[in-house]
This record gives sequence, C-alpha cells and structure tokens, in this order.
Amino acid sequence: MNAWDNERAVTLIQGLQDLPGALLPVLHAIQEEFGYIDKAAVPLIASALNISKADVHGTISFYHDFRHEPPGRHVLKMCRAEACQSMGCDQLIDHVEGRLKARLGETTADGSFTLDAVYCLGNCALSPALMLDGKPYGRVSTQVADFLIDDAQRRRA
Amino acid sequence: MKIFVPCDMAALSVGADAVARAIGDQLGSRRIEATIVRNGSRGLFWLEPLIEVETAQGRVAYGPVSAEAVPGLFDAGFLEGRPHTLCLGLTEEIPYLKRQERLTFARCGIIDPLSLSDYVGRDGYKGLQRALTMTPEQIVEEVTNSGLRGRGGAGFPTGIKWKTVLNAPADQKYIVCNADEGDSGTFADRMIMEGDPFVLIEGMTIAGFAVGATSGYVYLRSEYPHAFKTFKRAIQIAYEKGYLGGNVAGSGKRFDLEVRLGAGAYICGEETSLLESLEGKRGQIRPKPPLPAIEGLFGKPTVVNNVISLATVPIVMDKGAAYYRDFGMGRSRGTLTIQLAGNIKYGGLVEKAFGLTLREAIFDFGGGTASCRPFRAVQVGGPLGAYFPESLLDTPLDYEAFAAQRGLVGHGGIVVFDETVDLAKQARFAMEFCAIESCGKCTPCRVGSTRGVEVLDRIIQNQDRSKNLEILDDLCELLLDGSLCALGGLTPYPVLSAVKHFPEDFGRPAAKLPPARLAHQNNDPQLVSIGTR
Repeated sequence: MNAWDNERAVTLIQGLQDLPGALLPVLHAIQEEFGYIDKAAVPLIASALNISKADVHGTISFYHDFRHEPPGRHVLKMCRAEACQSMGCDQLIDHVEGRLKARLGETTADGSFTLDAVYCLGNCALSPALMLDGKPYGRVSTQVADFLIDDAQRRRA
Repeated sequence: MKIFVPCDMAALSVGADAVARAIGDQLGSRRIEATIVRNGSRGLFWLEPLIEVETAQGRVAYGPVSAEAVPGLFDAGFLEGRPHTLCLGLTEEIPYLKRQERLTFARCGIIDPLSLSDYVGRDGYKGLQRALTMTPEQIVEEVTNSGLRGRGGAGFPTGIKWKTVLNAPADQKYIVCNADEGDSGTFADRMIMEGDPFVLIEGMTIAGFAVGATSGYVYLRSEYPHAFKTFKRAIQIAYEKGYLGGNVAGSGKRFDLEVRLGAGAYICGEETSLLESLEGKRGQIRPKPPLPAIEGLFGKPTVVNNVISLATVPIVMDKGAAYYRDFGMGRSRGTLTIQLAGNIKYGGLVEKAFGLTLREAIFDFGGGTASCRPFRAVQVGGPLGAYFPESLLDTPLDYEAFAAQRGLVGHGGIVVFDETVDLAKQARFAMEFCAIESCGKCTPCRVGSTRGVEVLDRIIQNQDRSKNLEILDDLCELLLDGSLCALGGLTPYPVLSAVKHFPEDFGRPAAKLPPARLAHQNNDPQLVSIGTR
C-alpha cells in the first residue's frame, strides 16, 4: 500500500472521471491504491466530478467498505451473518478479538491487523467463513484461525 | 488427459489451490502429460476440493482431496479413475447431483469458465442464435410464456418487466444485473459468475435485444473478488470474440457490458438503491413509482434482473418456453436454485423444480445438521426470511406456499440451525442487521430497528416481558406498513416468526401447535386465498 499522494490521486481520478456514475469506481481506485480514502481526496473528487464535497463525503460514509484511515498490515474479514452464526462464528469472533485485543471494526495497537465484520462472503455451505488479505477460508475453527494469524505475523517478520 | 480442480471461491477456501499445485508437482516429477483445468464448482461443497479426471466411462470424482493426499492418489492410479478411499465414482452418478434438474446450472462445474469454446460446445449461445431470428416482441413473449419469475427474491414475472421496458420509448435503455447477493445462505449468483460467466453475458445480451437496450451493467458486491476477476475477464473475451460490442455474433446489433463493484452495503441489493449506487451516489431507496422499467438508471427505462433470472434466459430461448414451464408447481414455474447452508451436513447447490418440500431439501439432500444435534429451526430466504420450526418443514418450496406461511422463498437460501440456537438472539440480530444496513430513508426502519434491538434486549433480560412483547409487535407492524422497501418491510418476518414459533425462547410457554396440515399442491384454495399481505 502506498502513502497518500495528492498527485497520484489526481491521476487516478482523471483516469475514471468520464465514466457514467464515476464516483464509486473512483473511490474504489483510491482505496485500492492507498488502502483508505484520505480527507484530502474529497475536494479533489468533488471538483473533478463537478459535485459538492458533501455529496462525496456522504457517499464515502454511506458504504461500509470505504476506510477513513489506513488499515493494519493484514485485513481479516470475519463473517457474522446467519449461516456462520449457525456454525459458531460468535465464539470464533470472540476468540480472535480476545487474542488480537481488538474488536471488529478496529485495528490492533501494533498496526498488524484490522478486523472487519462482513455480512456474508458467499461461502455459507462451509461456515464459519473468513477472508484474510483477500484469501477465502472455510470451516474455520479457532485452531485454524490461530494458525492463520501466526502465519500472517511470521510473514511480516 | 484432463484433471479438473475447481477455482470456485468455496473450493479455494478449503485448499483447492494447494491441491492444484500438488497435482502439478506430481505430474512434473512423474513425467506425466496432463492438463489441469480450473473449472467452477459442482456445488457439492462438503466434498470440496472435489477433483475429477476424464476417463472413457466419463468423469470420475475424488473428494474431499487435500494436498497431502495427492501423491497417494497418483499411486492408486486415479488418472485412470482407479479406486481410492476418496473416490466417489462417476461424478454424474453421485446421487446428490443425479437427483437434480440442472437447467440454469447445466454447465457450471463442468467447463472451464473462461473457455468460450467449452461454452459454445455445450449449447452456449444457442439461445441467442434463436433470439436473433425473432422480433423483440416474440422474445419477450417467449420469456413471459416460460413463467420465469425474478429469482432475486420478489418473484415478479420477468417477461412482464421486459414488456414494460420494451414499450417505454427512449433514446437509451439499460439492462442491469443485480449481483449484490447479500443474503446469508446464498451463493448461486457467485457460483454462476465464477463457474459459467458466459451464460450471464448471453442472458443479458438477449435481454438487451428484447427490450432495445444497447448497454448493460452488472452490479457485483465487493465481497466477491473472485467472481469479479473471472467475470471481468469473461467480458473481455466476449468482446475479443465478437460476442459483445457493435456487432454481436455477426448480427450487426450492439450490446456493451460492464461490471461494477458495490461497496459493502446490503441495501444495494434493493433495485432502486442499486441504481442510485450505480449512478455514483449513496445507496438510498427511491420511492416507486416511477418504476425502474420506466425511469431507471440515469432516468432511462431499465430492466433490473437478478443473476439467476438472466442466466436462465438462454436455456428458455434455446429449449423454448414450454420446456422450462413444464418444471415446477402452481405459479412457480421452472427450477429453483436451492442453496443448502449453515449447520447442514451436505451443504451445496441443489437445482430442482419448484415443489420440493423443505424437509426433502434439508434431510434428503442436506442429510440433516452438520453437528449431528437435532434440527431446531430453519431460515429460508436470507436475513429477511422467516424462521420455521420442524412443524412447517412440509411446506413446499413455492412462492405462494411460503407467502401463505408468512415466509419467503427469496433467493433460495436455506440456513439450518440445530437445537443450540436461541431464537431470541436471532430475532435481536435481525433488528441489529436492519439497523446496520438501513439506508436511512424511512424513519420506521432507521430508528425502529435500533428501538427493536433495545426492546428485544429487555425481553431477553426478562424486564416487563409481556409489555415489551406487545411493544415489539407494535413496532413490527409499523415497520411492515411504514417502510418503502423490503429491508424495513420484511425485518419483522424473522422477528415475528421467531416469537410465534419459538415462544419458549422468549420466556413464554412452548406452543402446542396442531399437527402440520399443509397443502402440497398450490391449487389448494386455502393456500391461494391467504396470499401475501
């Protein structure tokens, strides 16, 4: 993930601004590049798309995906929808939250993990499911979760 | 020689990539010439990674295969389909698959999803070829006659929707595919987009020709990065091979297609909210009318259909309306793509004519609970669907039969719970989910859902239980009557069904339910007359 860079952001916006309904593609592109959407992006996008800053801000804050600050080095998305509940995702989430000392929606103090709640990854026949740095995992036990976290931490070290 | 290792996200989640690598390594070290095809999934998820080899008798399946088991499979001669403890025999003969009626999913899990020649070789683009010989009115007529209804959940007749758009005069019309498959317990859209993407492209192209739309968008949820990658590539290939663009299949007609990502908002599965999102705005509900068919995307007449509805159009056009209509029961024609999920032994995709009972789906196909504890509840139709107890399991999967029980078939997701489930907690979650995902347009939904969580907390903590149950009832009535869309309007379904069918979880005496006496046929006058609200 790259650090925030106004010039790079402008280039990204210019590449997409002529699409019909360009705002979501623009926001996705910025988040993909920087890991989050910096406040500085709001006026840039507003002027490029000829909409108000309030419209841009309102759209960013509406969607669960868009981050207002950089995420941790690893992003762990844990499903807490009904199919996963039926297979004990609440206990799995408690375990991971306890181990990483962060709640869903938070980043660990050392910046290694961001925990996100998701409502369905479409892997409901293999619940409980999670996604670590974009890779899917099914039938996740607490042991498997521990292994995945250990492994991610090792890769970083 | 071909070895099939699925690249479906669910298969990947249990190690399919590692299995493919291990097979590649063994082929290398044993100096064997063979191709590894990354197919979609057959939808037998408890057997994933399920790998197949081509033999003279047909494809032979092995599963669930781990990377560690691969050398042993080679030793046992699995490339010739020889026996092994993981061998499942001929894939097509596996009872779970054999008992299905796969129309929409005819190719899924069989072909290489990104091979256009595989697609065409298995009846792909036959539907479009036939459509090209027909007038727009005839195509719409054919789809109407097939009885196909919206598979996203609402069950609105697809042909009628198309007809409205066809008859709406405009310089530009759009086909929008709703791939915001947010319901827990559903994965059919994802499977098609990862396993047979061209069928959706073909379906949308036919829709475009039928109503006079030259442009299409697929709105895909961001939780499906694998489907996004596959589908984006499929669009590229279709352009390269002349199946999209200014001269589709040599017809001289134009159809352009683009896939756009959502951003983690459940509400964007509601069609008007989806259109707002596609236009680059907050995904807030629009009041209807105007219907999207009259004023939809960018204010133009727009067909908004679910993935499965559109992916079913090619087979309807290829085999004809009568062929498709002959499956099903009552006013629910054709097949339903049932998704067995949650606490279930044999979870997966079951495409079957409408009319299978819940009991048959859960026990005959699903094998009961995964935990082996007794079954207690099932939620059908996603987070807005009702919780049903054992006594309602003889309800047939049919739009009208479910509506009569104040439930919904929805997108066909079935989530099973064992005896450890606490329905008061599930009811609370339904309200919590509504609070998290409400777009904020309607006050009963925006504020009422939070109040609902609080009321349920008081019920759970046994504070003035009777009084609070009354308040909950009142609140649910307000949500039902005072919301513009299904999120606020249907959240009462899981809540009230939990209270009604599982009173003991709310500190009430267990209901003495009369023995279930349910009509199996939709022509039962009692069922038809109750209908929906």
